[in-house]
Formats: sequence, C-alpha cells, structure tokens
Amino acid sequence: MNPAIETRNLSFAYKDREVLHDVSLSVEQGEMIGILGPNGSGKTTLLKIFSAVLNGQGEVRLNDRDIEAYSRRDLSKLFAVVAQESSMNFPYTVAEVVLMGRASYHSPFALEGKKDLEVARASMELTDCLSFANRYLHELSGGEKQRVIIARALAQEPEILLLDEPSAFLDLKHQVQVFELLCRLNRERGMTIVAALHDLNLAALFFPRLVMLREGKIYRDGSPSEVLTEKTIDEVYGIRVRVEQDCVAGKPQLFICSAL
Amino acid sequence: MKVLDRRKMILVNSVLLALLALSIVACTLLGPVRLDLSRALHDLSFANPDSEILFRARLPRVLLGVAIGGGMAACGVVLQALLGNPLACPQMLGVSGGASLGGILGLILFPNWLLPIAGGLLGEISWVPLAAFLGALCSMMLVYRFSLFHGRLHPYHLLLSGVIFNSFIAAVIMFLNSIIDFYQAQGLLFWLMGSLSTRAYLTVAFIWAYIIFGFLWLWAKGLSLNLITLGEEAALQLGVETGALQRQIFIASSLMIGAMVSVSGMIGFVGLMIPHVMRLIVGSDHRLLLPASFLAGGIFLCWADTLARIALAPAELPVGIITAFFGGPFFLFLLYREGRKSLAL
Repeated sequence: MNPAIETRNLSFAYKDREVLHDVSLSVEQGEMIGILGPNGSGKTTLLKIFSAVLNGQGEVRLNDRDIEAYSRRDLSKLFAVVAQESSMNFPYTVAEVVLMGRASYHSPFALEGKKDLEVARASMELTDCLSFANRYLHELSGGEKQRVIIARALAQEPEILLLDEPSAFLDLKHQVQVFELLCRLNRERGMTIVAALHDLNLAALFFPRLVMLREGKIYRDGSPSEVLTEKTIDEVYGIRVRVEQDCVAGKPQLFICSAL
Repeated sequence: MKVLDRRKMILVNSVLLALLALSIVACTLLGPVRLDLSRALHDLSFANPDSEILFRARLPRVLLGVAIGGGMAACGVVLQALLGNPLACPQMLGVSGGASLGGILGLILFPNWLLPIAGGLLGEISWVPLAAFLGALCSMMLVYRFSLFHGRLHPYHLLLSGVIFNSFIAAVIMFLNSIIDFYQAQGLLFWLMGSLSTRAYLTVAFIWAYIIFGFLWLWAKGLSLNLITLGEEAALQLGVETGALQRQIFIASSLMIGAMVSVSGMIGFVGLMIPHVMRLIVGSDHRLLLPASFLAGGIFLCWADTLARIALAPAELPVGIITAFFGGPFFLFLLYREGRKSLAL
C-alpha cells in the first residue's frame, strides 16, 4: 500500500529563518502519529505544508501523487484540519459551522442536500455536540467549540485528519475525550491521524508512533518508549525528567525533576 | 437542527421583494408636490404635469435609489466577510473615497476633443463609472496591502489605514475642488455629500446593469464567503481558492462601488448598517444574507431619499445626511457592543 503522506528532503523557511530542514517522513495509511517538539520546532509548519497552506522546498506526495497535482476541492475531501484555535467574528450556529465541512461535496450554487445533512448530524453525534446544534458558536465554551471544529472536520469525510494541538485549551476530561475519539476514528474507520502535541504523557498513552522534532529536523521517530527517554527529553527540551513505565498501560510516563 | 433551507430562502426573499415593490410605489407618490394619481395615469403625455413629475422626475430617482441602496448593502456584506471584520464598509475602507477621486479625475481629465462624441450622457454611463471603478479597485488593493503582514490581515490596521486613506483622499478632492471653477465646485460639493437626483432612464438602466452584474457575481460566491469568514487558512483547508476569491470580490465590488459613486457620490453607512440588521434577522449564511441585504438596502435608501426630499421641502437635503444621521449613532452603538463583548461583560 502506498503511504498516505510522504515527504522527501522537505525544507521550509520564513524569509531567512529556516523552520524545517531536510525532513523525510512517511505516514502509512491508517497510522496514528503524534508530532512532538518544543515551541518553534516546526510542528505547525509541517502540518501546514501537509494541508497545502504553505509551500515547502522538496517533495510532498499524498497517496503517491504529488501534492501540487491536487485541486483545493480534492484536497479538502482528502484532508481535514483541526487548527490550534479558530476565530469567529460572525454569528454562525453550530449546525451551520459543521455543514461548512460539506462545501466541497455540493455545488457552490446549491444548498446542502440530504446526504450532507446526514453526514453533519452523524459527525455531531460522534463528537457529542448534537444537543447544542442550534446555539451560536461564540456562546460556547472552549471545549465545546473544539468539539464543533472536530465535527466539522469529520463532516469532510477525510481520509487523513490533521490536528494542531487539539487539546491546548481543554481541561483534562475533555483532553482525554478528544484523544479517545481520535483512537476510535483510527481503529473503526481506519482514518490516518497526524497530530502535533504538547502533552508528552498523553501522547505516550494514546499514540503508537511518535516523531520528535528539534530545530526543524526529525530527532527521533518510533514508539513512545523509544522516543520518550530521559536522554532525549534533556537534549530536546533541556529539562531533566524521570521516565517510568505506567504499570497498567505499559507506556512511558514522565515525571519532572525540578531543582527546587 | 435548524439550517438554511429552500423554504426560508423563498419566504424571506419574497417578503422583502414585496416590501420593496410597495416602497417603490409609495415613495414615488410621496413628495413635496401633491399628485393626483388618477389624473397622472389618465394622460401620459408631456402636457400633463402630474404624469411628468411622476414618471420623469420621481420614478427614475426612486429606482436609482433602490439600486444604490441595494448595491451599497451588498458590498458591505461581502467586504465584511472577506476582511473578517463586521465593522468594514466601503466608507471605512477608503474605497468609496478612492472611487470619488477616480470619478472626479475622470471628469476633469476627460479629453476635451472627445466631448462632442462621448460627452454628456454617454460619459455619465461609461467614462465616469469606469474611472471610479479603477479608483475604487486601486484604493481597495492599496489599503489591503498596507494591512497585510506576513500573509495575515490585521483588522485593526485595516480600519486605521482605511480611515487615514479616506481623509487623505478627502484632502486631495478638496484641493481639486479649490482649483476648478466656482460653478463646477458647487456641484462637486453636493455630489460629495452623497445625493440622488433625477437622471435619465438610460443612466438609471446602466447603473442597474452594473449593479445587477456585480451582485450576481458576488451572490455566486455566497458559499465561499461563508467559509472565508473562518479565516483564510480554514477556508483554504475547506476547499476555497482564497486568492482567486479575493480578486473576484475586489473586482466585482469595485465595479459596483464605481458605478454607484459616479452617480450619487458617497452615501455613507448603508453598507454598514443594513448587513448588521439583516444578519440579526436572517442569519449569517451569505447565500441568503446577500440577496436579503440587497433588497433591504434598496428599501432603506428609497425611504431615506424620500425623507430627504420632503423634510425641508421645497429645499432638498442630500440623502447622505439622512443616512449619516441614522448610521453614525448606530456605528457607535455597534462599537460599544463589540467592546463589551470582547471584555466579556
């Protein structure tokens, strides 16, 4: 099977500041990958290149086709993106926002059809936001809003889901809910999932493969116990931690050693 | 789950269309001179002063007002969506200032030897709107460029540079005003305040043509406009070619603003007020918001102009003064409400 996403010698620079350097990465179909790294290590940039918002130097292939060969409309059926935060200056209801995920599936001159409404409803059910479908997005809490954005992404019926710190503004319960939902989508629908993550412990619990970036380069790529070691955390983040195996899940968990 | 369906589309648009038709009839009948309708309709010849006033003076003016009110409101809707700023409108962005300057330059620089061939009416419907269109387009792109940093649009910079650009243009226009002759200057001032006056049916028809063309172009982009309000990145990821969309919106709305400004000067606040009110009533889906705002803008300006005609009769106020009387306080109220919202009071 062809890899869902493949990059070869990918580099990217904002003006003269190089953000990504020579990244070669292959994401298989149906894989679930967490991208780790400190602020400014290139996680967000990498995701933006995958979704063709930014153009990097080097090759990016999706399902064995060059990314340049896709139209925006086709890309939006292949990929859905959940951004770090989404601004909303206009009063749209939750249902309207979720239906926007269907824009590439119906004619730009038509209203949404029956199929679009069904898909939107199913996505809202899955993310547990059907109960407030008629409320305005700007009235919702951060956690509710994020679930709506994920519902919109699911309404796109994507093969690949890209998430940029999907749990950044969520409390612990909602963080865990989001990650459990991602695992379900991955397992039950075979959706390929690539997420940039900050919380290393949650990443270790839920993601079977982790890619650690440092200064725009891939520093480690492998299972949680290969990537999250005391040595790599010290080298990448510059802090001292103690890594222990969680005895139930069998995943490494980090404990911070403070000098105080 | 409540979403926009065909029933709501038809209901809202036909109610507004009916109101518009009623307004056109009512506003044509209202005026400083009392008309006898049956006498006016009985004899349609030039000799009948009643029918002359009704069909030669009032009706073309009312029709022009409808086109301009609708066009202003529609441009307000799309600019607000495109710039992600509910406070954007042609005035605030310096676009109508640019259009005025373009139109004035078009008038002043119009080569004299062309006058006998393309002066008068023909210049009014072709040359001046075109110059105003170019002025609008240039200023829109200029203000946009000045608010774009690292590919991101800064709403604060956008409004500020628009306002500053507009004052600069106003100074340039005043300068031009002081170097042209007295008779021309008088007309220019009245025009700058934003006024509707009676025009030939041919002019009215051409303005309608510009505006309907621009409006249909914008309406076809309704779905993309919904998506672009989420921000450029989100719109890209949902399948919108944002660069092409921006260019088309700029061109279509400049075309409309150019045509409007060339006949009526700067009629302010319609493009700010109407989209807001309509968003509260019909929701934010641009596939409905755009036609609804167009119709409501037409209704509003139709009545505002009637008020301008009869308030100080037999003297006449520029309609821009009436819209500003409504629009100024409304804008301050909006600003206050936005401020409260962002402070989460």
